[in-house]
Amino acid sequence: MDVPIDVQSIRDAVARRELSASDVCRATLDRIAALDPPLNAFRTVARDQALARAAELDGRRDGANLPLLGVPIALKDNMCTRGVPTTASSRILEHYIPPYNATVVARLEAAGAVIVGKTNCDEFAMGSSTENSAYGPTRNPWAPDRTPGGSSGGSAAAVAAGMVPVALGSDTGGSIRQPAALCGVVGFKPSYGRVSRYGLLAFASSLDQIGPFGSSVKDVALVLNVIAGHDAADSTSSQVAVPDFCAAVEGDGDLRGVRIGVPRHLFGDGVDAEVMAAYDAAIEVSRNRGAEIVEVRLDHSPEAIPVYYVIATAEASANLARYDGVRYGYRAKDATTLGEMYDRTRGQGFGREVKRRIILGTYVLSAGYYDAYYRKAQQVRTLIRNDYDRAFASADVIAMPTSPTAAFKLGERTEDPVQMYLSDVFTVGANLAGLPGISVPCGFTSARLPIGLQFTGRAMEDATLLRVADAYERATSWSKEKPRVASELSR
Amino acid sequence: MSNTFSRGDVERVARLARLELTGDEKDLFARQLAGILAYAEQIQRVPTEGVEPTSHAGDAAALREDTVVPSLPREESLAAAPDADPSAGLFKVPRVLA
Repeated sequence: MDVPIDVQSIRDAVARRELSASDVCRATLDRIAALDPPLNAFRTVARDQALARAAELDGRRDGANLPLLGVPIALKDNMCTRGVPTTASSRILEHYIPPYNATVVARLEAAGAVIVGKTNCDEFAMGSSTENSAYGPTRNPWAPDRTPGGSSGGSAAAVAAGMVPVALGSDTGGSIRQPAALCGVVGFKPSYGRVSRYGLLAFASSLDQIGPFGSSVKDVALVLNVIAGHDAADSTSSQVAVPDFCAAVEGDGDLRGVRIGVPRHLFGDGVDAEVMAAYDAAIEVSRNRGAEIVEVRLDHSPEAIPVYYVIATAEASANLARYDGVRYGYRAKDATTLGEMYDRTRGQGFGREVKRRIILGTYVLSAGYYDAYYRKAQQVRTLIRNDYDRAFASADVIAMPTSPTAAFKLGERTEDPVQMYLSDVFTVGANLAGLPGISVPCGFTSARLPIGLQFTGRAMEDATLLRVADAYERATSWSKEKPRVASELSR
Repeated sequence: MSNTFSRGDVERVARLARLELTGDEKDLFARQLAGILAYAEQIQRVPTEGVEPTSHAGDAAALREDTVVPSLPREESLAAAPDADPSAGLFKVPRVLA
């Protein structure tokens, strides 16, 4: 059966009863069964729950009004799903089944979406390659010897391979945008506070934000429309009214009056030449659509990575204190006292990168080091925000490569944490400043690896970002390119 | 600031974090954290006198009315525990003192 690949067409076909939600769900599950074994994008396929949910939607009379009726979606495995395992790709939550839904899950279900499964990620979203999963790495659909990026690598790979039209990820330092770039899909990190974090397993609470992956800017806008908005259960979720994000992508692609900032002083030796060439070409495309290109400076950008790793690990060391073997998750078997039980449960349950970050975060918060590292990092964070404020006085959005390189090989960066951290050099700034960011495909390397273009915008101006990204997408065809694994099956 | 990070430093911090590490992990982390901290040193060069720290990027967290709302039933809260006594409504842990 032919199931359309974009969100609007699926929804409309189900609403008009040309297809049933059950048909779409079965076709999606078949595709996952056929494509996922070599890729390992999924941690859990919620087959029975998804089919039951689709059947329920098919039985409803009022379904035609639902904005995501029958649309299959996958969620990163760090979002709580009632009755469906949620592990954050960690051993410490191997058998955890949440008793409640994250707010994004409740909103997706109310909108008629069908959650088909949970996707692999770096353990507790800590990583840039999905190699830190306790359940094996995910492979890049464009090149199986390479990583999909991370930490939301499973969600990016699932969309890239055409297993699902859309998926959710979470982005703390680039974990939606970087894998989107490396897998050749669209990935959107909304403004901080735009989407409720209730039910997202916390990594770094002042930086974490949930957002969608899709094959087009319009698909991510359709999902964002459903998940955005204030939630009483998340005190950091914004009260700012939610616009219709789809209206932002229904223009004619005209960028006249839009100023795109280019921080060229940041593009030094670390950026791959093919990535740089694709970026320059993308800027020309935007200029040809009428955008004004202006030079901007983000002077504290070189310090963004160290600031990020101090702040994110400090917050993580506090957030992950809850995994102590008492209320949920793994408990070490051989402990005779409570203290021993805590130490061994955490020592055995967490993987290497998580332990490394807990140690670093505990250290920078400990007596004698707090001011030198944590407080200092928070002050430089202020300077980074000020840089963006200044840049946004002369530009409406800022364009950068999403990642300095295309997809790297499995194992290539696992021995050197600092090298891995540098994958996020262009993405962490948006998290530190609370800004929205989007990655859209903008070309390929000579080895046919996808390259991503990132736009960053002012806080709560998510719609502007979608408009600019949509205009770029309309002027090019990069988003339509699919990896061979995706097309072979449909033939 | 010193860029060295000894095995003893790792042990001290691991105790604070209630995290049991193997001997190999202690050596590995001492080496890697020295590298990461050396890299993080560059923020020390940034002048920040009089700069307010940013703890949060969003609006100030909004307070809500302190009203009673339904929460998870006790049985469901206990269901995911490694060891619990549902009839007594208790999580169970090993004894506190050796």
